[in-house]
Amino acid sequence: MTEMVVRFVIGGIVVSLFSLVADVFRPKSFAGLFGAAPSIALATVGLTIHHEGQDYAAVEARSMILGAIAFLAYAVSVSWILRRYKPPTLIATMIAIPVWFFASFVLLTLMVRSVH
Amino acid sequence: MVLRVVCSSDTHGEIGSLKKVGINFSSLRETKAHEYLLRFVFGGVCTVFAGIMAKHFGPAVGGLFLAFPAIFPASATMIENHEKRRKAEQGMNGTIRGRMAASIDASGAALGCVALVGFAIVLWVELPNHNPLTVVVIATLTWAVMAYTLWAFRKG
Repeated sequence: MTEMVVRFVIGGIVVSLFSLVADVFRPKSFAGLFGAAPSIALATVGLTIHHEGQDYAAVEARSMILGAIAFLAYAVSVSWILRRYKPPTLIATMIAIPVWFFASFVLLTLMVRSVH
Repeated sequence: MVLRVVCSSDTHGEIGSLKKVGINFSSLRETKAHEYLLRFVFGGVCTVFAGIMAKHFGPAVGGLFLAFPAIFPASATMIENHEKRRKAEQGMNGTIRGRMAASIDASGAALGCVALVGFAIVLWVELPNHNPLTVVVIATLTWAVMAYTLWAFRKG
């Protein structure tokens, strides 16, 4: 339970800091870079190494590569949906979430198959 | 307060065009207290969620969630709302402009994702054999340099 509370506080602080940095930068396309900053990874990597060791954290990082590629597909989809159909941003960002799940789990399956 | 920072970029092996990155501290005042709180809670929840996924399904699945775009819907929606509010203060309807601003933000995030791949590769390759603090610092610098370089290239 204590670990979860620590994770929550550290995650909240790191994500808030990256959001603050994104707020002050202009132009918007540059500020947008911080939407894909490694905030959650930075918040968790220390705790993961402390509890599970460096090899475990490295395995997580390998999967994070796939998650980041899936995030790329998601971000491109959101940008395209907003430009093409101009829906409210919350709707565009939510309906594209399955893109991330589909891409990341397909990539993970392919990686597992290639390893075995 | 608006501060102009000029960052030079060498895009084609020679000193190319200058890419201007502005810093505008007054934009911090546009964010309301509940929006700061929302970001904090979202960040905390996502970090806890990533930990739970790793515990239940192992590091291979848990690692995917280190790059889950959980904060993105909230932050992009805030960008739309800020743009709309700005236009409303001038007596205009900024709905479409707000959505286009969010679209530009998503394009920027796409470039950040490529840099995020670089960050994760550094962690994956270097963590097992090197000092973790050094590796995390190098990975973060890799993200920052890749993100800026990609943005500068895209701006042409």
